[in-house]
Amino acid sequence: MSKLLGVAVFLAAAGVLIGFYVSKLTTDAGSPSYTVPVQTAGAHPVVDLTIETVAAVGPQLSPGHPDFVSYLIRDTTGKWRRDTVWRLPANATVHVTVYNFDGASGLRNPYLARPLGVDGNQEVVDGKPVSVINPDDASHTFAVPQLGLIVALPGVGDNAKNQCGYAPCPMSNAHRTITFTFHTGAKGHYRWQCFVPCAAGWIDGFGGPMQTIGYMDGFLDVV
Amino acid sequence: MPNHGRRVIGAWIVLSVVATPLVAIFLGPELPPGHASQQASEQVFDNTVITSIVTPVIALLLVFFVYALMTFRKAPGGALVDGPPLRNDNTIQVLWVALTSVVVLFLAGFGTYELLQNGSGGGQGPSPIATPSGPKLQVQVIAQQWEFTYRYPSYGGVETSQLVLPENTEIELHVTSLDAIHSFWAYELGIKADANPGNDNIAFLKTKGPDTFKVHCAELCGLWHGYMFSNGRVVSSSQFAAWVKQQQQVYAAVQQYMPAYATTYFPDPQRRAG
Repeated sequence: MSKLLGVAVFLAAAGVLIGFYVSKLTTDAGSPSYTVPVQTAGAHPVVDLTIETVAAVGPQLSPGHPDFVSYLIRDTTGKWRRDTVWRLPANATVHVTVYNFDGASGLRNPYLARPLGVDGNQEVVDGKPVSVINPDDASHTFAVPQLGLIVALPGVGDNAKNQCGYAPCPMSNAHRTITFTFHTGAKGHYRWQCFVPCAAGWIDGFGGPMQTIGYMDGFLDVV
Repeated sequence: MPNHGRRVIGAWIVLSVVATPLVAIFLGPELPPGHASQQASEQVFDNTVITSIVTPVIALLLVFFVYALMTFRKAPGGALVDGPPLRNDNTIQVLWVALTSVVVLFLAGFGTYELLQNGSGGGQGPSPIATPSGPKLQVQVIAQQWEFTYRYPSYGGVETSQLVLPENTEIELHVTSLDAIHSFWAYELGIKADANPGNDNIAFLKTKGPDTFKVHCAELCGLWHGYMFSNGRVVSSSQFAAWVKQQQQVYAAVQQYMPAYATTYFPDPQRRAG
């Protein structure tokens, strides 16, 4: 009888622990996120998201991996942060500005060179609206597949002068400016990624920073 | 001394005669993966046959265990005594080997026959041996870290990020990859085919009526493997025609940069970052 009771207690304890684990797994939002400030609140909020892409994140922002290619986000103080989990409001209009300081690697699949899921299906590159970029000129993409969003970012020319070494890169360094607008839609936990094999020195350009949240991948926490 | 063997066999026969038809008639049609395609329905049939055959086997195990637990347990307060000695029985041994051999060989033959009809929804490599007859719509599945895209060669090679198929149509899927090893898995359609770089993996599918399905990657392929999923649709022929036209308009901007349709692609891995 005592053995039976022991087994019952053990099973009950195991059940409670499994319940806690599943509960945490289903409610955990993952990595801590950076809350992007809302410009205009209300039912249809407006958000300005300013990010940059750099060929080498540098020892200041990533002492362990200074040579990793990375996305950075600019906070309200103008400081560049290496956070790639961003909290955005649901049903928001997001105006994105990307400063790209990196050179071109080229898209493995040219189909992804066409902006999709953005207003007008266009992106603005250095002030000029375009419906597609040359896939060979792509340096990175900002893509949220679950939202149908993909924007290819053209890179700095190989012969450009004053190229950035380590981030943070001053605006006097050679860069491209890309802007576009998308909408967050329903609440959710959406991953974003780069589709360009831009991880220099890694197999097929898709290891290291391409497979590490905090560099070329992240989440949009739409709340 | 009761004849335990007869008791067990008798109970087993009764349980099997009752349970097997119930499993075949009521449980079988509810088995996965459903009936969204001809291949899926065939897999339901296969699963029904296998489950029906295994039902008497499970019934025998259950009857044996329950009977043994009830009959040979030590009575409360009784002495702990050894059971009767085990004896060799040639008849039982021959029957055991013969019956299990028949079941296994039948299932092997049945599975092979089903596989050779149309591939049962599996990838058959670049030279499929089980090819359905009649016209087919060719659709290419291109896997990349971490998204599937699709090309329709009979519509100018248009590429899309969503898989849409016309109803009641034989589909010839050509599955390939641009980078790592992936696996295209449309569970509801009963289709699963590995996506390897430089390899054209062909699978066949016959759609039924309008439906929705999910596409997953079924091969661990890196950081976002768990997020490599999307929704697909089977639509009417007129809806499919309208959808293709719309996709061709979207595709027009990038068409100038697209490679000609090919069964495999070899993106240059020696680029700056490669």
